[in-house]
Amino acid sequence: MSTGETAARDERIKEESFIARLMRRPELGAIAGVVLVTVFFLFTADSTMFTLAGFMNFMTPAAQLGILAIGAALLMIGGEFDLSVGSMVAFAGLFFGACVVTFGTPLVVAIPATLVFAAIVGSINGQIVLRTGLPSFIVTLAFLFILRGLSLVGLKWATGGSTQLRGVRDAVESDPLTQFFSGDAFEGLFRVFANWGLIDTFQNGVPKVQGIPVEILWFIALAIVATYVLLRTPVGNWIFASGGDANAASNSGVPVRRVKLSLFMLTAMCAAFVAILTVLDSGSTDARRGFQKEFEAIIAAVIGGCLLTGGYGSAIGAFFGAIIFGMVLIGLTYTDIDQDWYLVFLGGMLLVAVLFNNMIRRRVTGERD
Amino acid sequence: MEDVKTDGVAMRDIEKHFGNVIALAGVSFDVRPGECHCLLGDNGAGKSTFIKTMSGVYKPSSGRMFVDGKEVIFNSPREAMAAGIATVYQDLAMIPLMSVTRNFFMGREPTKGWGPFKRFDAAKAAVVTIEEMRKMGINLRGPDQAVGTLSGGERQTVAISRAVYFGAKILILDEPTSALGVRQTSNVLATIDRVRKHGVGVVFITHNVRHALAVGDRFTVLNRGKTLGTAERGKISPEELQDMMAGGQELAELEGSLGGTV
Repeated sequence: MSTGETAARDERIKEESFIARLMRRPELGAIAGVVLVTVFFLFTADSTMFTLAGFMNFMTPAAQLGILAIGAALLMIGGEFDLSVGSMVAFAGLFFGACVVTFGTPLVVAIPATLVFAAIVGSINGQIVLRTGLPSFIVTLAFLFILRGLSLVGLKWATGGSTQLRGVRDAVESDPLTQFFSGDAFEGLFRVFANWGLIDTFQNGVPKVQGIPVEILWFIALAIVATYVLLRTPVGNWIFASGGDANAASNSGVPVRRVKLSLFMLTAMCAAFVAILTVLDSGSTDARRGFQKEFEAIIAAVIGGCLLTGGYGSAIGAFFGAIIFGMVLIGLTYTDIDQDWYLVFLGGMLLVAVLFNNMIRRRVTGERD
Repeated sequence: MEDVKTDGVAMRDIEKHFGNVIALAGVSFDVRPGECHCLLGDNGAGKSTFIKTMSGVYKPSSGRMFVDGKEVIFNSPREAMAAGIATVYQDLAMIPLMSVTRNFFMGREPTKGWGPFKRFDAAKAAVVTIEEMRKMGINLRGPDQAVGTLSGGERQTVAISRAVYFGAKILILDEPTSALGVRQTSNVLATIDRVRKHGVGVVFITHNVRHALAVGDRFTVLNRGKTLGTAERGKISPEELQDMMAGGQELAELEGSLGGTV
């Protein structure tokens, strides 16, 4: 090739500005959303919201939702939905609670068992969708009710009539694994910071924030791993391809069925993981836990740039989408605004995100289709 | 029937029956490396059945098939691909929302590292894609440009160069120009010419005589599941080809009233 041609090509690359490149990133909307929400609360909320303690306050619910949302995002990119994740949180919570309290198994057994159990339920979802060719929307909607019902029935059976199972904390108190799945991490480090005067303390010298809640660390770790898998592994390419056009993907040698089935299992396992974290945190399991979380998870994924039609989106976008949720949910308590505006915000945000995503998609495909 | 000892693909007396329907009634066809062999025929002539037999989707009811002088029987498209026969179908197996690079390597991603750290070698994939596209005369804005931003002809070219990059020795193109405009068509025809010069044998399926004559070295016309004969470049006129395709008579009469424009 002549150098002239190379130079010509380089020019064309430069033509595309930084802004234009940024506009093509699926997570742009979510990042812009975080900035917007932050600015909003900087003006309206009590300044304590943006202290370390306030940060932990809104990151904790964000993390619990975010773990679900990242699973939901991967599945959506793969071209399928799972509306049963909220019910799955309750169902897996019941299984986990029963393992720990009723059967007294140690966490080293109970946690993997719960995850495997969830994966099996997820694979049932997936098998039905893949074998019948029915839309996953309908199949998992059925499981939304089935799993919620089973949780209620199962809990009453396990407790003799109550829809709550208590006593988890007593059962796991001395378990060496508890510290990794509940409470705060890096407590020693935070005490050192407090001694140095780097972070705020109460008058008796105890730091106001004793550590980072472990779910936040799990949330960040999952976001990093999911983003890496999506963008930097062959499997990530298969997920995009399966969602973009399953037929074209499978003609090109992508194992579409295996990819989708694994994603259904992964999504269910994310729900089970949230169940484990919340059951250990609260010390009890409840049949109403995870109620409507499936919608919030999908909304967070959509805010994060996932298209409802599949084949496009990002895990890091879902990460920021979940943070927006946490900020608004908790942020409103720092303002004089009525808490229930949260729901209005939820719907509004979804609508804006969908419109924005459509615009981005047209830009990506150059409006030629 | 004798064995065929030439390079490339040779099909002899291929028959294919679907129940009591005879889709192919003894078709013989061959394509050699570096030639473009056009397969013409009107709708329902058996073109699709024939290329699906060639690419391993269907097993012939009878007849023999040779690749580089050795008899082969394909049980799946994968086996045909392993033997170097690649097919570019009309839907192209392209995903508009994904980048050209990701489409190019879809299902065959290059990796580096090992075990759990085995990862998609994005840098290598980007370099290869840009380079292969430039060989075909397409200058990408960047490796992450989405396929959706390419024109139909460019997508066709991506699909062709992908097949060639992954080792196609014989390339079957299923009506690559049927949905394209004039300029796009000439781009695709130029691509076919380039690929052929690299020693790849091309089977070009079309029902457009002009497109066939523009690049073809040989022309075989299929009608009602049979070959009406194979002609070499320069030894047949467009009118003769057109007549063979339509089965003679009717079109000749029609053409009178249309002034030879079809």
